[in-house]
Amino acid sequence: MTLFALFLCFLQIGAFSFGGGLAALPLIQQQVVTLNNWMSMSEFTDLIAIAEMTPGPIAVNSATFVGIHLFGIKGAIVATLGCILPSILFVAALGFLYNKYKKHYLLEGVLAGLRPAVVAMILSAGISIFLIAVFGTELNSFNIYAIIIFLCALYFMAIKKVNPILVLLLSGIIGGGFYIFMGLPI
Amino acid sequence: MKKKDYFKLFRIMFTLSAFTFGGGYVIVSLMKNEFVDRLKWIDEEEMLNLVAIAQSSPGAVAVNGSILVGYKVGGIPGAIVSIFGTILPPFIILSAISVGYNQFKENVYVGAFLKGMQPAIAAIIISVVIQLGLNIIKQKEVYFIIIMVLAFLVTYFMNVNIILVILSCAVLGGFYALYKQKKGVK
Repeated sequence: MTLFALFLCFLQIGAFSFGGGLAALPLIQQQVVTLNNWMSMSEFTDLIAIAEMTPGPIAVNSATFVGIHLFGIKGAIVATLGCILPSILFVAALGFLYNKYKKHYLLEGVLAGLRPAVVAMILSAGISIFLIAVFGTELNSFNIYAIIIFLCALYFMAIKKVNPILVLLLSGIIGGGFYIFMGLPI
Repeated sequence: MKKKDYFKLFRIMFTLSAFTFGGGYVIVSLMKNEFVDRLKWIDEEEMLNLVAIAQSSPGAVAVNGSILVGYKVGGIPGAIVSIFGTILPPFIILSAISVGYNQFKENVYVGAFLKGMQPAIAAIIISVVIQLGLNIIKQKEVYFIIIMVLAFLVTYFMNVNIILVILSCAVLGGFYALYKQKKGVK
C-alpha cells in the first residue's frame, strides 16, 4: 500500500464518476472497500454519514477522509489531488473548445438544447431534497415545520433578496434550535 | 481582473463551498446567485452553459463548476484560485472531523442544525430554478420549453441516467440549429 496506489485509486474515482454526488458512492465503495481493503464496510458507512453531514463534494470528502485514515495529512493531499485532477483536465479541454467555438451555430444549438436540460435537472434535485425534508428519507413521515422553514427561506431569499448563505445558517440555527427545544425527533 | 478581485473570488468560492450541504446543485444555485445576480460578472445564459459543461464532465459538479467560473472571470489564475477556494473547506473540515468522528456523527446539535437547514436548501434550489425556468419560457421557443419539460419528466420520474439526458438534449439542440440554418439559407 503506497501513496501512489492511493493517488491512482482516487484518480479513477475522479475520472469515472459522472453525474456527481451519490452517483460516485458505489465507485468509491468498490475502490476503497472491495478492491483495496483500505476500509471496512462499517467504516465506509460512517464515511457516507459524515460526507452527508459536512459541506463539499462527496468525492473530495472521501478522498480527505480515506487519505488521512491511511497516511495522515499527506495522504489526504495526495488523494484529493488525484480526485480533482481528471476534473481539471477534462474541464480545461471542454472549456477550451467552448470558448473557441461558442459562436459556431452548431455549438450554439447544442448549448441551447443543454440549457433547458440543466434547469430541469436542477429542479429535479430541488424537488427531491424538498420531499426528503418534509416526508423523511423513507417518505413515510410528515414534518409540518419543514414546510414552514421552506416557505420562510423562500420568502427571504426570493422576495427580500437576503444572502442565501445567511438564510441557510439561520434556518439551521433557528430550525435546529426549535427541534431541540420542542424535543422533536432528529 | 484586479488583485482584490482574486481575493474576492477566493472568498466567495470558499464561503460557497463551506456551506454547500446537499450536493452540486446547491453550489450551482449559489454561484448563479452570487456571480450572475449580485456581482454581474457572468450573464445568465453563459452561467447555464458553464453548468452544462460542468455536468457533462467527470468528477464533482461543484469542483468542475468552480474551475469554469474561475476561468471565465479570471483566466488561469482565476481557475486556480477557485479550485483552492472550493476544495479547502471540505479538506479542513474532514481533516478535523476524522480525529473524533463518532462524537461528531452522533452529536445532537449537529443533527438538529442539519435538519433545520434542509428545507432551506430546497428553497435555495427552487428559488433559483424558478428564475431560470421563467427565462427559458420567456424566450417563447416552444421547442426548448418542450425539451425542458421532457428532461424534467425523464430525470425525475424515470431516473434516466443524467449522461443520457445530457447527450440527448445536446443532439436535439444540434439538430434544431441545423434545421434552422437550412431554412435560413433557403
